[in-house]
Amino acid sequence: MKFTTTLLASSAIVGAGTLAFADAHGNMAKEMTLVSWGGAYQASQDKAYVQPYLEMHPDVTAVWDESSAEAVAKLRAMNEAGNVTWDLVDVVAADAIRLCDEGLAMEIDADEVLAAAPDGTSASDDFGDLLVSDCFIPQIVYSTTFGYRTDMVGDTPPTKICDVFDTDAYPGKRALEKRPINNMEWALLCDGVDKADVYDVLATPEGQEKALAKLDTIKDDVIWWSAGADTPQLLADGEIVMGSTYNGRLFSVIEEQKQPVAMLWDAQVFDLDGWIIPAGLPDDRLARVMDFVKFATDTQRLADQSKYISYGPARLSSAPLVGQHADMGIDMAPHMPTDPANAQNTFLYNYEFWADYRDDIDAKFQAWLAQ
Amino acid sequence: MSDANNATTAPNSALAAERAEDEYTGPMLAADGTPLKRSLNRALRRQKISALLLIAPLLIFVLVTFIAPIADMLFRSVENQIVQDTLPRTTTELKNWDSEGGELPDQTVYKSLYQDIYVAQERKLHTRLGSRLNYELTGASSLFRKSGRGVDDIGEVYQDQFEDLNAFWKKGENWNDVLGSDAWLAAMNDWKKASGDAQPPFEMRDGIADILPQTADYYSIFADFVQNEDEDNLYKEDPWPLIYSAFYDDLTGPTAEQVATYAGPGATELAEAAAAAPSFATVDYMDAFADIDKDWVELPIWQTIATYSPKFTNGYFLNAVDMQKTPDGPALRPEDERIYWTLFKRTLFMSVCITLSCILLGYPIGWILANLPARTANLLMILVLLPFWTSLLVRTSAWKVMLQQQGVINDTLVWLGVVADDSRLALINNQTGTIIAMTHILLPFMILPLYSVMKTVPPSYLRAAKSLGATNWTAFWRVYFPQSVPGIGAGSILVFILSIGYYITPEIVGGRTGTFISNRIAYHISSSLNWGLAAALGAILLAVVLGLYYAYDKIVGIDNVKLGG
Amino acid sequence: MADTSATNAFVEFERVQKSYDGENLVVKDLNLSMPKGEFLTMLGPSGSGKTTCLMMLAGFETATHGDIRLDGKSINNIPPHKRGIGMVFQNYALFPHMTVAENLSFPLEVRKMGKSDREEKVKIALDRVQMGDFGGRRPAQLSGGQQQRVALARALVFEPELVLMDEPLGALDKQLRETLQFEITHLAHELGITVVYVTHDQTEALTMSDRVAVFENGRIQQLAPPDLLYEEPENSFVAQFIGENNTLEGVVKEIKGGTCLVQLDGGGLIEAKPINVTQAGERTRVSIRPERVEFNKDRMPDGAHTLKAEVLEFVYMGDIFRTRLRVAGTDNFIIKTRNAPDQVRLKPGQQIEIGWLAEDCRALDA
Repeated sequence: MKFTTTLLASSAIVGAGTLAFADAHGNMAKEMTLVSWGGAYQASQDKAYVQPYLEMHPDVTAVWDESSAEAVAKLRAMNEAGNVTWDLVDVVAADAIRLCDEGLAMEIDADEVLAAAPDGTSASDDFGDLLVSDCFIPQIVYSTTFGYRTDMVGDTPPTKICDVFDTDAYPGKRALEKRPINNMEWALLCDGVDKADVYDVLATPEGQEKALAKLDTIKDDVIWWSAGADTPQLLADGEIVMGSTYNGRLFSVIEEQKQPVAMLWDAQVFDLDGWIIPAGLPDDRLARVMDFVKFATDTQRLADQSKYISYGPARLSSAPLVGQHADMGIDMAPHMPTDPANAQNTFLYNYEFWADYRDDIDAKFQAWLAQ
Repeated sequence: MSDANNATTAPNSALAAERAEDEYTGPMLAADGTPLKRSLNRALRRQKISALLLIAPLLIFVLVTFIAPIADMLFRSVENQIVQDTLPRTTTELKNWDSEGGELPDQTVYKSLYQDIYVAQERKLHTRLGSRLNYELTGASSLFRKSGRGVDDIGEVYQDQFEDLNAFWKKGENWNDVLGSDAWLAAMNDWKKASGDAQPPFEMRDGIADILPQTADYYSIFADFVQNEDEDNLYKEDPWPLIYSAFYDDLTGPTAEQVATYAGPGATELAEAAAAAPSFATVDYMDAFADIDKDWVELPIWQTIATYSPKFTNGYFLNAVDMQKTPDGPALRPEDERIYWTLFKRTLFMSVCITLSCILLGYPIGWILANLPARTANLLMILVLLPFWTSLLVRTSAWKVMLQQQGVINDTLVWLGVVADDSRLALINNQTGTIIAMTHILLPFMILPLYSVMKTVPPSYLRAAKSLGATNWTAFWRVYFPQSVPGIGAGSILVFILSIGYYITPEIVGGRTGTFISNRIAYHISSSLNWGLAAALGAILLAVVLGLYYAYDKIVGIDNVKLGG
Repeated sequence: MADTSATNAFVEFERVQKSYDGENLVVKDLNLSMPKGEFLTMLGPSGSGKTTCLMMLAGFETATHGDIRLDGKSINNIPPHKRGIGMVFQNYALFPHMTVAENLSFPLEVRKMGKSDREEKVKIALDRVQMGDFGGRRPAQLSGGQQQRVALARALVFEPELVLMDEPLGALDKQLRETLQFEITHLAHELGITVVYVTHDQTEALTMSDRVAVFENGRIQQLAPPDLLYEEPENSFVAQFIGENNTLEGVVKEIKGGTCLVQLDGGGLIEAKPINVTQAGERTRVSIRPERVEFNKDRMPDGAHTLKAEVLEFVYMGDIFRTRLRVAGTDNFIIKTRNAPDQVRLKPGQQIEIGWLAEDCRALDA
């Protein structure tokens, strides 16, 4: 009885947003289930902040679940079953917005939950615009962009996004993701639509038709991928001349596997990846997760993550701390999507637009694809 | 002792029964004189119960893991309670609205919408409804998200005026005093949060619902929310702006005169508010929503809400066959959005192709296995089952390496000079790839039943046929083949049903032309979260399979399916 | 031993050998010749090569060496379906997915016979085996005996001149077997067909056949009509295999004219007819049929050779008495006596004297 009372008390405190971890410290759970993507990305998280956190708290254990790709569906199922077993879930921003909309993720107040920058800048200012949802705690900025085979493009390597649509100059297959997002924007951009107008055009049926018509010109030359590992494999096998994927995947093809592949940064689409806390966690687990997430998203930790993977830290204050790759010793800054040299022409994933138009445009895109 | 008795009496009673049988013309009697039918039934009942007990664990398992999910899926494909649950007042009001009249709903609907969305956003349900309606109307998602943020401002117009009139209305505890029953107030007074006891649930003051009906209504929603969902002290919570607008409505509405009858706590303040309210600035709800988003003063969102108001909908099923609900009834979707019919046809076609190629490849293997000595056959059987030992993903990925244009098969063909280097075959990321990979994966499901049926066909049948003058082909076709048909039937049903539901392999090797309906189901389950549509597609698939099964039973006969001797 | 005369031979095996593994011969140098209309039984223990011979004749096995001729033409390279040989299998091999009539119609269909002819022939064939009313049934709805009748009818319906039967009655009970044995021989003679019949049941072989070929170890041990086979076995295997037989082992002392003297290992000197012995000093097995032994002094034929014996066991078998004796060191000497009113029932422990005619006693190979 006493125990539940204190729980109730602490819940009231947490629920009201006046977080006082010290008070609740005694009731923190000893185990955390963290959900991520597996592979190199999860490894970077593990090395940059999970292991350091566990060293600071030897009595705590962390369990990984590599389910981020199905996180939204699984969380919804868990929520319906009334048994949420995850404590902290790594998702892309669009999924975070969706989870927030569905009431499956907990809304948080960044300034109270997250650490301030070393210079005292508040968390909300430090993350700035990247706090795209009330539930979302950003970690990294990544981009979806193109890589191409340097040995298959002749003397004039592609420099512009529209080279993807130029099968005369660059014959061969290309890999594009099997979904409308990004592809539709690129198609419009290369069909003469001004970058500023892309989403206004795409909101109209005519604009959608226009984009699909542009994609139609390369339809027979496209291999459609659905897993991020596809494009690197296709590039490495010489199956395609160029293909889109996440910039970190291309980094490893180029720098770690030393394949004859180079980056085409033009019109790369920035996207965010970060944590959400599932709604309705018991108080002891919530307290533990809050404690962890404050540590894991502080300035130093996010900068540390970029030692292991070429994704940009989501905090402004972390950027100057980005150093060299932990194993290869190369400077990571030039490989970051946010590096000024790479970021001359960029897109930011339009979450609001796609939240509204995803169902509609996806139906049209899939119908077009199936024809 | 009793044994001995039995031993001596049993023959006697048997004799007696025998004798009785001769004379007795009624129902047959058992040895102890009970009618034979009854004792037989009793004996059988015991058998039945023990049989039932034996299969009970399986039965429960199947019910829980198979029947229940299917029932749940079928339910989800028509279930649509979210609209009514989230917008109860609006959907009720909308019943009187003519969705085809071209007119917007009137102010009362907008007011209900305000009340519904206010409650929904407090419970964080409005965005969920937005996601749901976004399947039907593009933009609904952000419309509801925006509206959730916007509704706070609407009620504050009244809140500010009441609070300006008298600071009494600012405090949650004053509202409790007016609206709460005396008993509850006393209980609340005694209750200490730290004590750990549950907070006394809010109780309405007698008669207050007649004086301030809407206020009382919303206040109990508010109280319930604060006490049960937020688990906060109701005494310390200030009421929602929604309550102030309800309060205003009560003070200016038909029950306004009743206010004078009230004599409880805060009666003076209440009388003062009742006197002042008629001169308050009012809110035009339609304008307020127009300010939030102009979509609210256009027809489509209202038509969508009206169309999807009922608790159950055939919308998902219509959607699953490339149709949609319109105010004029079901209609085909625009051509550039039709996909499911294509995918259903493709799924069936390719499943048939896969089944046929499994038969073609599996039949000779089954034959060889059935005719080899057991030792060799077992060894070969291991090879047949080998695919089961590796994970599906690994196998499918291996096919990728084999079949791609720079892959092993194309390299070999180019090396042999069969195809030119610049016209390598497209064996993957199309239907060919899916058929090849799935045939490989599903082949054992064809071979196993074929083998076990063929094993039961004695070789002497073939010899007999030949000795009767049949050529090898006639002997096979007229004598052996008909007896292996049950194996083909069983294998085909297995392979066909498995392939119809496959999605991992088509996703990896199918490209854009080799994907199945299951890939869309998977997308709607895990990506778009349109589970209703996924359920409708699944239900149709289930119906197709059952239909084909029925047809098979009618044409071939289901007793003509054997998995073994 | 084997009959190789080529005159009016219908079926001929000439120096036929068969090996499955290239190391062991299952059939060793088989020579056999059958005239048309003969009922020949191949009899032998399992693994003796009789079924292999039948399968070679049917065309389901190919001879490793040698020639098989049918009606004077070599059929080594003719596939089974062109040999026109009817065959009846032990498990009947009726096609389960066809009715009885369809089963019978099958060989006629593949011979492209017209529908009305087929129906007529099927009816005749079914009537012939008393199965005329069962044309519409499925084989599974018939009893074993009925199935075998149908199988027989099917093997005969296309009027083959040669019919092979591979232990056709093996799965039936004794009574049914005897009825069918009679029916089969009757049919064969009536239709004048040549039959090669394989069985391991000697009674069946003796009662049905014109000639019996006894197989052992890949060879025909003796090919003879049933009475000769029983009464004049040419070697000790045949003597042992066909009917019940008493064997006494010993050494030939001398051969003189039509008789020889044999010194038994268990003591005693007996006279016997030399069959497989040619000179003194050879080891031999002397074979005497149990019913040719007499112990009743009154019935003892003149010139009978006598030996002392002790009764070990007496078995009453209805029509005969079977008595086991100890004779010349063996405990397994059987005598059979007819159950006649004046017949003595011997008691265990009784000391008697038994005797037989020298000509009933055959000195065979050791």
